[in-house]
Amino acid sequence: MSDKKLTLKKRLHIIKHHFRGKKMAPAFNAFHTFLFTPDETTHNGSHVRAADDLKRTMNTVIMALVPVLLFSMFNAGYQHYSAINGFPENFSVIEHFLTWDNFWVGIIKVLPLVVVSYGVGLLVEFIFAVIKGHEVEEGYLVTGMLVPLIVPIDTPLWMLAVAVVFGVVIGKEVFGGTGMNILNPALTIRAFLFFAYPTWMSGDKVWVYEAVERAGGPDAISGETILGYLAQNKAAEMSYSVSDMFWGFIPGSVGETPTFLILLGGLFLIFSKIASWRIMLSAVIGSLVMGLIFNGVVDQGWIGETSKFYGLMSFDFWQHLLVGGLAFGIVYMATDPVTGAQTDKGKWFYGFFIGFISVLIRVFNPAYPEGVFLAILLMNVFAPTIDHYVIQGNVKRRMKRLKNATILPKDSEGEEKELQVETA
Amino acid sequence: MSKDIRIKKGLNINLVGAAEQTTSKAVLSNVYAINLNDFHGITPKMLVKQGAEVKAGEPLFYNKNREDMMFVSPVSGELVEINRGARRRILSLKILADKEQAVASHSPLKVDSATKDELKTFLLKSGAWPFIKQRPYDIIANPDETPKAIFISGYTTAPLAAESDYVLQGKEEELQAAINALGKLTPGKVHVSVGSASSSTLSVLSGIELHKVSGPHPAGLVGTQINRIDPINKGETVWTVSPQDLVIIGELLLTGKFNPERIVALTGSCVKAPKYYKTKIGAEISTFLYSSGVTDEKFRVVNGDVLTGSKSRPDGHLGFYNNTVSVIPEGDDYDLFGWNKPIFNKISATRALTFSWMQPNKKYDLNTNTNGEHRAFVVTGMYEKVFPMDIYPLQLLKACMVQDLDEMEQLGLYEVAPEDFALTEFVCVSKQPHQQIIREGLDLLYKEIG
Repeated sequence: MSDKKLTLKKRLHIIKHHFRGKKMAPAFNAFHTFLFTPDETTHNGSHVRAADDLKRTMNTVIMALVPVLLFSMFNAGYQHYSAINGFPENFSVIEHFLTWDNFWVGIIKVLPLVVVSYGVGLLVEFIFAVIKGHEVEEGYLVTGMLVPLIVPIDTPLWMLAVAVVFGVVIGKEVFGGTGMNILNPALTIRAFLFFAYPTWMSGDKVWVYEAVERAGGPDAISGETILGYLAQNKAAEMSYSVSDMFWGFIPGSVGETPTFLILLGGLFLIFSKIASWRIMLSAVIGSLVMGLIFNGVVDQGWIGETSKFYGLMSFDFWQHLLVGGLAFGIVYMATDPVTGAQTDKGKWFYGFFIGFISVLIRVFNPAYPEGVFLAILLMNVFAPTIDHYVIQGNVKRRMKRLKNATILPKDSEGEEKELQVETA
Repeated sequence: MSKDIRIKKGLNINLVGAAEQTTSKAVLSNVYAINLNDFHGITPKMLVKQGAEVKAGEPLFYNKNREDMMFVSPVSGELVEINRGARRRILSLKILADKEQAVASHSPLKVDSATKDELKTFLLKSGAWPFIKQRPYDIIANPDETPKAIFISGYTTAPLAAESDYVLQGKEEELQAAINALGKLTPGKVHVSVGSASSSTLSVLSGIELHKVSGPHPAGLVGTQINRIDPINKGETVWTVSPQDLVIIGELLLTGKFNPERIVALTGSCVKAPKYYKTKIGAEISTFLYSSGVTDEKFRVVNGDVLTGSKSRPDGHLGFYNNTVSVIPEGDDYDLFGWNKPIFNKISATRALTFSWMQPNKKYDLNTNTNGEHRAFVVTGMYEKVFPMDIYPLQLLKACMVQDLDEMEQLGLYEVAPEDFALTEFVCVSKQPHQQIIREGLDLLYKEIG
């Protein structure tokens, strides 16, 4: 290690002692532990500890999000220029990737969202940590990355800032901070935006950069999402292929489109044992089941082509996973360990209903053809109940064992011996 | 006929510095100490004063709540120090050993003809009773209770712990005597577990129910085995005895003499030549620590194994229940970006840029660094992967933290001891003190209900 690093390490160590017991200690510690894992040692109990901590856990989720973020920056420009026919007609996808213009739109539109999300969110976290005298916890590292990826690209930055403050304070800090919250903070922020500024969160103009500004003019952009087309029974006008949906070349919230990269992120999280595969798998099953039911309803002829639900109900059941925020929600939101079900069995139910209800809301929501965030928030509320019943199963098993245990098994002489059970 | 138990969940922590299977005689210790922290929940009442001469096996103090439960001196000598803490609570006793040892002798007990009460009286009077522990509460057994069964684990899975198979060699007679006695104290069975591939002395004993256990740590913990074999219900009691303590009980029954001899494994990466030493309970650790050679860096001496032992110093003393002393490096150093760079030299239950999963048999040199800061419980599903009991560990921990007695009972606190949570504590990314939480939970439950 170079002398310079040694100096930095020693210097920070000395400053840490100056801050000890002071009000700003949590703020300093946050910076310090960002640079260096602390020199804390175990006292009693387990004298050795495993290599990973909460920072590493959160960092792994962020790593799983980086490809999605990069693609979303590309897609921001790609959707914009496709809509205004800004590229020659025979431009291939590779040529699109080689063009700086697409990423430039991402840099000017997506990066500010990221900066505002982290800046405002961490500021609130720091303020709360200093006031309440606890350490700055790592939960917001993931939330801060999720938020810019689940909002429409043209979301005004001030709205995002207001929503982040609301989400962090009401969604998390009032419950006691990371680990204590009931609702997923990122989705609380999304829900706040949706209900407070609905015109900026839904419709056919907000999903593509500049569509709002150009609306009504001669060079208006059509920024309809696939779900938007389907909700209006305009599937025939839609020019997106299944491959576009899978690779993510479609309009939508900033980071929700690249199903392929989300799938990779999900596999990485499962492989690294950070996120629950049970939740992901059961949510996929849940959405497929609901999709199949709707497809069945259409096949039976119970819904006619004139019905307003026809477009979404007749949509191939498995394609629900490729469009909208379903895949993104399943991989990155439903698996939030704090707000999700905490028992292994509970995770199966929790995930299944997220998938099931997402597609249900998606089809029946009259205002907005999407339902993942609502489904996850709804199941966040039910997660403790699900866990309660799972745990009751274990408790009942124990009680049953107690009833059966008052008689000892037959001993070698074949006699039954009564055990003296003293009930407290 | 033995019964097989296969444990699938768990985690083997392979560390550098396992003891070589050779035994040396440790240098005789000048001073022996009894640490009162070893006897959880016991209020001592002294029988001898400072400066008094005692023989080996002579009572030093008794349990205030149970006056016939004696705690005896491991050696003969002068009681030189009664170390007291706040409110004059006795912390430890020190005995300056005589050059010529005098042993208090009891008349040996004929186990076959002795009644249950005679046995109990003998064990209580002779100082052997504290070796018998009970669950629930993980405390010294209450002689008034009748255990539904007695469990003895002869399978070692804890990292760097003394191998039962090795330390019990040649002790058949003592073990059999102790088993015969224990068998009389319970209407149920005496369950003895050994490794599935082991040729343990324990497996040839009679009067036992033998279980062959296989699987990763914590398969060797007696709590895991109880949970599999005959789980504890509310109102029931089981007793547990460590196999190395059976030898002392057995010898006492056969000869009438309290011989607290221990074969101790001195292990850990800071020991140059880790091996076994023959010494006595309460001996100064330094009497055998340095003869194996200790690296001169900063190190920590742990009285016991690295997952459940207690922090000690080189001039500390061997604990009452311990037959392992581990010496590992202190980890009080910062690591630049240690939370996000790939880690090859530490063990992890995840694969988040950690690579211990690629080499499950590699031996690691872990230090005492926590590798992160204390946080609220965030990650779920992690403990269940290393916790083989039919209990929800996270929910039980939370119930203990909020002191919800009903939940603690219902979720199975009666069945566990702090050591059962050592592995969940090891893998915890929130760096919570699981064993302490469970200990406090047990104490509360004992106070309120027990």
